[in-house]
Amino acid sequence: MTAAAEPLLQATALRKSYGRTPALDGADLTVRAGEVVAVMGPSGSGKSTLLHCLAGIVQADSGRVCYRGRDLTAMSDAERSALRRTDFGFVFQFGQLVPELTCLENVAMPARLAGTRRRAAEAQAAEWLARLEVGEIAGKRPGEVSGGQGQRVAVARALVGSPRVVFADEPTGALDSLNGERVMRLLTDAAHDTGAAVVLVTHEPRVAAYSDREIVVRDGKSRDLEQVS
Amino acid sequence: MSIGHTLLGLLESGPRHGYDLKRAFDERFGHDRPLAYGQVYSTMARLLKNGLVEVDGIEPGGGPERKRYAITDAGITDVDAWLRQPEKPEPYLQTTLYTKVVLALLTGRPAADLLDTQRAEHLRLMRELTRRKKSGDLADQLICDHALFHLEADLRWLELTAARLDQLAKAVTS
Repeated sequence: MTAAAEPLLQATALRKSYGRTPALDGADLTVRAGEVVAVMGPSGSGKSTLLHCLAGIVQADSGRVCYRGRDLTAMSDAERSALRRTDFGFVFQFGQLVPELTCLENVAMPARLAGTRRRAAEAQAAEWLARLEVGEIAGKRPGEVSGGQGQRVAVARALVGSPRVVFADEPTGALDSLNGERVMRLLTDAAHDTGAAVVLVTHEPRVAAYSDREIVVRDGKSRDLEQVS
Repeated sequence: MSIGHTLLGLLESGPRHGYDLKRAFDERFGHDRPLAYGQVYSTMARLLKNGLVEVDGIEPGGGPERKRYAITDAGITDVDAWLRQPEKPEPYLQTTLYTKVVLALLTGRPAADLLDTQRAEHLRLMRELTRRKKSGDLADQLICDHALFHLEADLRWLELTAARLDQLAKAVTS
């Protein structure tokens, strides 16, 4: 990957307010294929809102988000939902696994939603669970596994559909140091192997150290540290 | 911490005698270790020799003559280069970083840029250590972890200071 590579995802001059509270105030961000970009900043700085806008979960009040040349802000809700299913993967702080389903069924779900038959989807899921070193808990429900295991299941679910971009919002926020590092190592290695880009929101410098570069968000404005030094 | 650069930075606000410089230094940065008079005069002699300060006037007194020093253009350039240069990331840098931030605020330079430059430098080393840790044995991992936790503490301090810059600017310029 080089700095000259074409942007995969590009946000320009994003503004977003919740009521009278501004969350983003002209934020920019560029993500290139295969790179891991850490988005850091204090609580309430707007970093999660930036991630949600990039992923098409939240619509910005103004500004543009382009993904592979297509303007996300001009798409219909249905188009954005389809894009999230086919091209994006998500990992959140608390896994957000479906408690009634087994770990295997959770991981197979994106493939099932995309129309893959159950047996094929579950075979893919089993492969990813093994790769994330949690193959032995495939038949257990999320409530029966540890936080670290649950988060690795969430990473497997994010990667099973071979997304081009994985959005990870504080993926280690609920884990101890050792489990957090394991999740980061597995997530970044797997993303590297599959060529997926990762947008990583974190307030932990040791987690950000797994990235290729860092963007700092303060008061809704973004700053690329590569441009400063 | 570079005493010479700190004294030069303090001279940017106007010429001072060696005694005034020592007092200004001790007030702002010498809480734990006040400067010795000998160190002030030997440092000023070196700065004078290198053309970074000049003698602005001499006042005769009861004791030895009192020289008043002024910073030269070369001195201002030297302070500027020092403030822009990130410190080599290593544990317990706070004293130097704090000095740089306060001098930047006192002299109207962008303190936020200084903090971000340092932050980028710290993260560069943290990435290098993380890569080494991923491919290393357990001993390597533990050694890298020790360095990473220290660097992380510095980074947290940088972040907190960035969040308090406005407050600090008011305090140092009041």
